[in-house]
Amino acid sequence: MPTAADTIGALAERDYEYGFVTDVEQDTAPPGLSEEIIAFISAKKNEPQWLLDWRLQAYRGWLKMVEPTWANVRYEPIDYQSICYYAAPKSDDDRPKSLDEIDPEILATYEKLGIPLREQEMLAGVAVDAVFDSVSVATTFREKLAELGVIFCSFSEAVQDHPELVRKYLGTVVPRRDNFFAALNSAVFSDGSFVYIPKGVRCPMELSTYFRINAMNTGQFERTLIIAEEGSYVSYLEGCTAPMRDENQLHAAVVELIAHEDAQIKYSTVQNWYPGDKEGVGGIYNFVTKRGLCEGRRSKISWTQVETGSAVTWKYPSCILRGDDSVGEFYSVAVSNNRQQADTGTKMIHVGKRTSSTIISKGISAGEGQNTYRGSVRILRSAEDARNFSQCDSMLIGDRCGAHTFPYIDVANPSAQMEHEASTSKIGEDQIFYCNQRGIDTEDAVSMIVNGFCKEVFRELPMEFAVEAQKLLEVSLEGSVG
Amino acid sequence: MLRVSDLHAKVEEQKILKGVDLEVNAGEVHAVMGPNGSGKSTLAQVLAGREDYDVTAGSLELDGDDLQEMAPEERAHAGLFLAFQYPVEIPGVGNSYFLKAALNAIRKARGEDELDAMDFLQLLRKRAELVDVDEALLRRPVNEGFSGGEKKRNEILQMAVLEPRLAVLDETDSGLDIDALKTVAAGVNALRSEDRAFVVITHYQRLLNYIVPDHVHVLLDGRIVRSGGSELALELEEKGYTGLTNGSSGD
Ligand SMILES: Nc1ncnc2c1ncn2[C@@H]1O[C@H](COP(=O)(O)OP(=O)(O)OP(=O)(O)O)[C@@H](O)[C@H]1O
Ligand SMILES: [Mg+2]
Repeated sequence: MPTAADTIGALAERDYEYGFVTDVEQDTAPPGLSEEIIAFISAKKNEPQWLLDWRLQAYRGWLKMVEPTWANVRYEPIDYQSICYYAAPKSDDDRPKSLDEIDPEILATYEKLGIPLREQEMLAGVAVDAVFDSVSVATTFREKLAELGVIFCSFSEAVQDHPELVRKYLGTVVPRRDNFFAALNSAVFSDGSFVYIPKGVRCPMELSTYFRINAMNTGQFERTLIIAEEGSYVSYLEGCTAPMRDENQLHAAVVELIAHEDAQIKYSTVQNWYPGDKEGVGGIYNFVTKRGLCEGRRSKISWTQVETGSAVTWKYPSCILRGDDSVGEFYSVAVSNNRQQADTGTKMIHVGKRTSSTIISKGISAGEGQNTYRGSVRILRSAEDARNFSQCDSMLIGDRCGAHTFPYIDVANPSAQMEHEASTSKIGEDQIFYCNQRGIDTEDAVSMIVNGFCKEVFRELPMEFAVEAQKLLEVSLEGSVG
Repeated sequence: MLRVSDLHAKVEEQKILKGVDLEVNAGEVHAVMGPNGSGKSTLAQVLAGREDYDVTAGSLELDGDDLQEMAPEERAHAGLFLAFQYPVEIPGVGNSYFLKAALNAIRKARGEDELDAMDFLQLLRKRAELVDVDEALLRRPVNEGFSGGEKKRNEILQMAVLEPRLAVLDETDSGLDIDALKTVAAGVNALRSEDRAFVVITHYQRLLNYIVPDHVHVLLDGRIVRSGGSELALELEEKGYTGLTNGSSGD
């Protein structure tokens, strides 16, 4: 295995700001997928029998499924038997009690990513459940949250400490055989976050998790479960960036949200995984299943995502609006530059009466990037007086990229009100020239114009995230014009 | 300050400027008039450095520096400002945010300190008052949904904030009502100074009642066919371009 230095040296590191590799000894499962491996993962995590059975059921289902091919993305076939399905930092047995006990190298990694944990702990009021590879190594602010009865911990911890909640909700929104990648995740999921907000509690801080893929050849399979009890509120932030590497890495996460009566969940993502080099070599494959269930009346789930990374993105955060008067929202910015391919969008399924949904999608394509919006709005028979507003805008930078829009609308109740707007614009040379004439150079002009284009989405993000998102956009579009 | 000699330029293989000579000194106001399609905007765009306009011969100098060697933003940093005939909309980008970015980019390029939000706001308020631009316009996205007149006024506001050495106004008076015309002219006059110069492109003598030029040039088919003092504009008004050229062979 090459050392970190070799790896870095072999790659054009400067092109990817966050492209570095941390050398931490791994406790890794041999490559390949089998019932034995799943039992190994489950045993490593000291899981109860019911969860092992649940995984095995998922695995057996997955074996009979075929990889979906309907998305507008092209990639080399994935060899699922060459992937390692478990990796954990060695210090796992010896859990750190505070940040001081954390491997300095890991802390340095966060530093490079611009995530000074200590500062965040003190200043930002953000509780951080940082996932390093597959196992959480730091959780902060937990006591403060515990006072309110809020549970915010890694998924593995939740399995140990709150098995009744996990068992009650796991797989209720995304069934374990929902789709190929969700089934794979269900079989081998490594870790992730667990959030429980009790009745009537407004979570006082943004909960955030920084994901990072760091182990050679190890797919990462997060599992996140967020439950908001009656009348509660939570805002959850997910952000990630990955080191540069030479092989394609598979990422197949599952996120399940459940909002009970009058509860609100706001889920924001800034995703900056390594997109591959200019030829598209080495980027992350991101196949994610995210779904929220508005279970109770007047509940609300809002997805906001800024997707700048990955070589291939396949992702459709969705809402099932079951409760009467429940609300689903989807705000998305997806960038594909160079050889990046993104097929992303949302599904809004209206079940309850007077349910409403809003979809704002901004796709940006540059270089030879291909950006596809795929959205589906379904109004079931039961959904009296449902409403949907969809707006899908695409921006093209240069003339070798592409934007594609596939809105599917399926209305089974004639009382529904549907509005759909779509536009495609080219970033105008006249706009850039206008900025230039005012003294603003082309790079800044592009980022300004693009940020303006994305404004409706950015303003949905929590403040500090919005700033980060703008920076990411700048970095990912660098050199795309002129 | 500005020296244009024997300038030839083409767009998409079409020759548009066919030997333009123009010399503008600090403190002067020059008016350029001419029929539709004669090349006035082309001249303005070439000065500002628009890429799709090819200079095929001749030279352009600002304060002795060869403009052709400079990128459009470098020309702006050097103090060249163009008020566009058709100002461009930038959706989602706040008007005042844009102006602050522009001003600070220019200041930075000149090695000056960037203005912070407070100082900038103060300056902006003052300038907005000078050219009578409504505060609401400052908060809206750049030119998006602005009326024709508001766009033109916004160009003048930008000029007032950026305080260029040489301002080229391309038909800034077109589409303005009479009151707006007066405020725009007042704004320009307030900025007139010893070390600043203006090139005002217009179709109407009316503007020149308010902004009295030192020199008037007539551009016809890519050439300056006549130059004179402010009285030339009056003559034009009377005779039209055809009358003028017919009687001007000896000029
Ligand atoms: N991008 C272009 N492609 C082709 N022809 C062009 C282009 N830009 C300008 N032209 C032509 O060049 C000529 C001069 O145009 P220009 O805009 O400079 O005229 P003008 O004097 O500013 O006219 P107006 O008074 O109508 O504004 C016109 O015939 C115009 O059609
Ligand atoms: Mg013109």
